[in-house]
Amino acid sequence: MRPEQNSVEHRNSLTAELGLRLYGEMARIRAFEERVRQMSRAGLVPGLVHLYSGQEAVAVGVAAALSRDDTIASHHRGHGHCLARGGDPVRLFAEILGREAGYGLGRGGSMHIVDPATRNLGTNGIVGGGVPLATGAALTARNLRQAWAAVAFFGDGAMNQGVVFECLNMAALWKLPAIYVCENNHYGEFTRGDEVTAGTLSARAAAFGMPVIETDGMDVLAVLAAAREAVARARSGGGPTFLLCDTWRFSGHHAGDAQSYKDKAEAEAWAARDPIAALGRRLVADGLADGAALDTMRAEVEAGIAKAAEQARALPEPAPATLEQHLHG
Amino acid sequence: MAERHITFRDAVLEALAEEMRADPAVVLIGEDIGAAGGVFLQTKGLFQEFGPQRVIDTPISESGIVGMAIGAAMTGLRPVVEIMFGDFITLAMDQLVNQAAKVRYMSGGAYTVPLVVRTAIGVGGNLGPQHSQSFHAWAAHVPGLKVVMPSCPADAKGLFKAAIRDDDPVVFFESRSSYNAVGAVPDGEHIVPLGRAAVRREGMDVTIIAVGAAVTTALQAADALEGEGISVEVVDVRSLVPLDAEAIVASVRKTSRALVLDHGHARFGVTGELAATIAEQAFDHLDAPVARLAAPDVPIPFGRSLEPLAQPGQEAIAAKLRALLSRCGCPRP
Repeated sequence: MRPEQNSVEHRNSLTAELGLRLYGEMARIRAFEERVRQMSRAGLVPGLVHLYSGQEAVAVGVAAALSRDDTIASHHRGHGHCLARGGDPVRLFAEILGREAGYGLGRGGSMHIVDPATRNLGTNGIVGGGVPLATGAALTARNLRQAWAAVAFFGDGAMNQGVVFECLNMAALWKLPAIYVCENNHYGEFTRGDEVTAGTLSARAAAFGMPVIETDGMDVLAVLAAAREAVARARSGGGPTFLLCDTWRFSGHHAGDAQSYKDKAEAEAWAARDPIAALGRRLVADGLADGAALDTMRAEVEAGIAKAAEQARALPEPAPATLEQHLHG
Repeated sequence: MAERHITFRDAVLEALAEEMRADPAVVLIGEDIGAAGGVFLQTKGLFQEFGPQRVIDTPISESGIVGMAIGAAMTGLRPVVEIMFGDFITLAMDQLVNQAAKVRYMSGGAYTVPLVVRTAIGVGGNLGPQHSQSFHAWAAHVPGLKVVMPSCPADAKGLFKAAIRDDDPVVFFESRSSYNAVGAVPDGEHIVPLGRAAVRREGMDVTIIAVGAAVTTALQAADALEGEGISVEVVDVRSLVPLDAEAIVASVRKTSRALVLDHGHARFGVTGELAATIAEQAFDHLDAPVARLAAPDVPIPFGRSLEPLAQPGQEAIAAKLRALLSRCGCPRP
């Protein structure tokens, strides 16, 4: 099966309302991550955080194609997915900061943010860990005759984990309503993907007889169009789709990673394709927004995020007496 | 209540069929469990009754099927996953340890994982080092997993039903050597709550605390020693997590001597944990150090001369008990 290239159709139907919504969502994630970076640098964040800056078009584009009941599972670089699905920034900050009001009562941290209210099976500390979970949610949808689709977000690094292929096989075999969103940011931790990966990622998915869509992961409209196609297939009983998004992480593996292993010129070329700026240019060129309005929107979003961060910082950490709570029912 | 005599295998099968009839969310997932009815015929007839959407025959992908079952459990199903041989649970340990065990704790109870992983363990049939191991201690070591080991048909049914209805991940270890054992099972609804040990045989001189199929051997040894005038109490642990320490300690306080018996490996295993529990909670009542018997710390050998040595038999148990009783107790106030 040949990967489809989608790039044209979605460009005809952009409205100001949709464009500004996507712009605002991406800007909010960027503002959130930049705030996390600052707090991490200031020593306020326990442990490690992996930032999503640069990849916003993937989370926002996919989330815009989903309905309330659709389920997602995310990965270690997952704050963007949580926010794009409607997660509360205060509770998200609270978890990252280890506060009791966080999504995991301050026990999980950045890599373990789960939220049934937004049908989020969680960010995940194991590479590829979300893929079986989302596949299982798709199995539930099939068995309980629910219309929801299940989305697994994972990186190119997960495409070398055996369990991912076990799940792709079963989902394709049973035509489960799953969408596998591979965010190829070209690095697994500190190592370039092509140095540790034979063949191509799309061919690996296509081997299961699954439709593959390759899309520009820096273009939120391209991701949205591809995700809509995948969602429609899932809901109509057409089975899973593999959505390969070509993208780039602006940060290192984790906040504070000096990224000495990256080629400077390549990083600059990707930076010039910043998905938020790209959508902004498009909105201005199409006469759907002016630059000043976009700047105002970003400032508002940043102020909201700053306020959420301060609120979260003021919250208490879990009391020692809670250590053994919620182990068993 | 009326009862019937059925095999261990049929007792579990009955539990599964009853729970599947009662709740459409209960699904069975595993290898060869469909038309074939399972390699030990432990799912016979279920595929015909419930069809391929609820008795899901999978590829040989233990990690994928357990991981998928966790996601399904988080979103509304109550999956029962079958891992054909307990040895193969190692392939799914990441899913059990890093995902299933932590979901409730890390979500503050917002998500639960009502999942049962059942698997067949133990020595017998010359199946060799990769088809004979008993890794219940591995599962019991992980906070967040419940671990159940029935020793008789009635418990196999009652504990299995309780495990399916439990909202937490339960690993259910069935001894292959027990599948054909016949025992009385009550008619009608029969549930055995998790976390309660059972006194299988009352005695005055010494307690054997045994796990899973080792309970059967313990009872045989106890019967044999009766002729020597030794009165043996046998406690069936039934569930490692939660552990009914109270019942174990109560028996040891009564008899003042304890032998802990398990088919898993001795080193860093179940016998050590139980011996420590007794030492911590019944030390002042002991007339002798806690004795233990478990599988020797070698891979399970295949051949006819060596395989039987890989788990403690009746003679070894009798010898340990005689040694325990040869020590004089100190007078206590």
